[in-house]
Amino acid sequence: MTLEAGGTVLVLGATSGIGRHVAATFARRGYDLYVTGRDLEEVGRLARDLEIRHGVSAVEDAFNARSFESHPEFFRRVLESSDGKLAGAVVAFGLLGEQEVSARDFETARAVIEVNYLGAVSILSLIANHFAERGAGFIVGIGSVAGDRGRQSNYIYGSAKGALALFLQGLRNRLHPSGVRVLTVKPGFVDTGMTYGLPGMFLTADPERVGEAVVRAVERGRDVIYVPWFWRWILLVIRLLPEWFFKRARL
Amino acid sequence: MTGAFPEATNGAGPRAVRRELSGWGRYPVAETDAYRPERASSLEELVRGDEPLLGRGLGRSYGDAALNGAGGTVLFERLNRFLAFDPESGVLECEAGVTIADILDVFVPRGFLPPVCPGTRYVTIGGAIACDIHGKNHHRDGSFGKHVLGLRLVTASGDSIRCGPDHEPELFRATLGGMGLTGLIAGATIQLRRIDSPYVSVDYDRAPDLDAALRLFDETDERYAYSMAWIDCLARGRALGRSVLMRGEPVPKRSASESVGSSNGGWTGDPDRRVRMPFDAPSWVLNPLTMRAFNSVYYHRHPAHRHGVITDYGSFFFPLDRIGDWNRIYGKRGFLQYQCVVPPESGREALVRLLELARSGHGSFLAVLKRFGEEGGAGPLAFPSPGYTLALDFPASGDGVLQLLDRMDEIVAGAGGRVYLAKDARMGPDFFRATYPDLPAWLAVKRRVDPENRFASDLSRRLELTP
Repeated sequence: MTLEAGGTVLVLGATSGIGRHVAATFARRGYDLYVTGRDLEEVGRLARDLEIRHGVSAVEDAFNARSFESHPEFFRRVLESSDGKLAGAVVAFGLLGEQEVSARDFETARAVIEVNYLGAVSILSLIANHFAERGAGFIVGIGSVAGDRGRQSNYIYGSAKGALALFLQGLRNRLHPSGVRVLTVKPGFVDTGMTYGLPGMFLTADPERVGEAVVRAVERGRDVIYVPWFWRWILLVIRLLPEWFFKRARL
Repeated sequence: MTGAFPEATNGAGPRAVRRELSGWGRYPVAETDAYRPERASSLEELVRGDEPLLGRGLGRSYGDAALNGAGGTVLFERLNRFLAFDPESGVLECEAGVTIADILDVFVPRGFLPPVCPGTRYVTIGGAIACDIHGKNHHRDGSFGKHVLGLRLVTASGDSIRCGPDHEPELFRATLGGMGLTGLIAGATIQLRRIDSPYVSVDYDRAPDLDAALRLFDETDERYAYSMAWIDCLARGRALGRSVLMRGEPVPKRSASESVGSSNGGWTGDPDRRVRMPFDAPSWVLNPLTMRAFNSVYYHRHPAHRHGVITDYGSFFFPLDRIGDWNRIYGKRGFLQYQCVVPPESGREALVRLLELARSGHGSFLAVLKRFGEEGGAGPLAFPSPGYTLALDFPASGDGVLQLLDRMDEIVAGAGGRVYLAKDARMGPDFFRATYPDLPAWLAVKRRVDPENRFASDLSRRLELTP
């Protein structure tokens, strides 16, 4: 299955480790990019680099996942800029937070949930409605293996990502008749600024490879992928563990 | 502003990983807190912390220039974006983590080359500036710093400032070849060199002894854009200093398409390094017997003259890049590279004595000789100056290697030359001070812009540039 060539891909959170490489991989395939982040200057640098390296057009814009009221106007700008050629959208923004802090301080927990889940719901609803009307397009949501089961070491981030996966699943179901594809990506540990220096990292993936895997999955019309692939089997085992056992574990 | 986009989303500041790092020679080795920022604004945040810092690129300097055992190291590998390019003028603005390899991959197909290419493509622009690197084209085009139109530096005050030949010129010049000690080099604007094809026409000439090599350099280097020689540092007697000169001229477009055809405009990009040194070679692999044998074969393998060999830039500039981790052939203990320059008047005599000394020690098969141009280097701590430069490798485990190199220092100092900081792991502060006469001018800038020595390295401490 091939994508419509020459369209524009919207990458939200393009300054994140995964977002950068997803954007770069689409650019390598010849897509124009609409890239966003909170740090507009940094997004601008990213956009210039994409243009120079890959010869595509890249537009930068500010986007804050938590500023829900700004999303409709933001998306209007995206549509105007891409001029009918918006091929797909990728949600790559996220906030890991620190579990211990999130568990005690609601404002921190709220931030994690608003960025990872509510912000995605807000912007993806606008995008989904647009694509549904058009009858074409793809949506990618970067979730996490942490969303597959609630664990004591990361359940606030995990539950937000889990909620995102459920939301994407419902969207996939709703949009299927209209030909719009929805891909859920569940990375394990990826070697980016989010995890750099954190203890307990293992089997860490190179973000460049994650970017490649995401774009390949879009091209192949996949529904849910784990990156790298072996996490699917690790999480299968974890999900199958009975609750009476898991509640005693310290994962 | 800087705290608003924390990569460490716990808000506690950027995270470091405790790592053991070394230079290319794998000697010495130091432990450091390694930061790896992913956005430009993080640099200012890092500098506002407490630790003494040092910027590091891909670690291709040989000794302790990119080591900071007493503080933090800022890894620039992810600050690697191209920011602006003008295809008319060939002027490129980029972040400091961009590599020579990146520029080659993206711009050779568009008809541009980095202005100076060192012996490996895996060098960052930040490193190229901090060491004021030179290449095979120094005799015509000078060092890297000459082609830097401006740079952005994060200084000890935590500010990001632009400097260039017309704006803060002293700081600019002190940063060229300043070994990263004036601040974190965040980005630069450089002038690329226009090329008509990705090929060079190479002339190979064997020189039976040192005098023949020097004569060839002196008399005919001007014909070539690129020039250097592999020198047999183990040859003795009348063959002392026998070399194979490898000199090239860019091939204009028309003849390239006639003689060699290729798809990607001829640029083969990152060499598919199927060959990789898979293990640290045991110490007996490189010994005088094997090396002398290798050198003899290598010298005689080349015919006396072979001209007009069409070669792609990658193979011509970076023959060693094909062998991944080639430094492992020196084993776990690593190796030392000694690169010096000696002025033309006293040069020949000094080179003879250096070669004789090297032979008595454990010389290596990787020895390079080149004639530098009149331009010298770009700043007060710059290494290149008119004369001849000789680069030799020595296993770090050899007996008496350090004493041997001290004796080489005496010869170099006596001849009025100096040793390259980017390759050095053991020079002493007295020899350094004696051979870099513009040091006081550099120190004045350092004291002005970084009075508390926020930026320091194991090299700067060894040479007493910082306490």
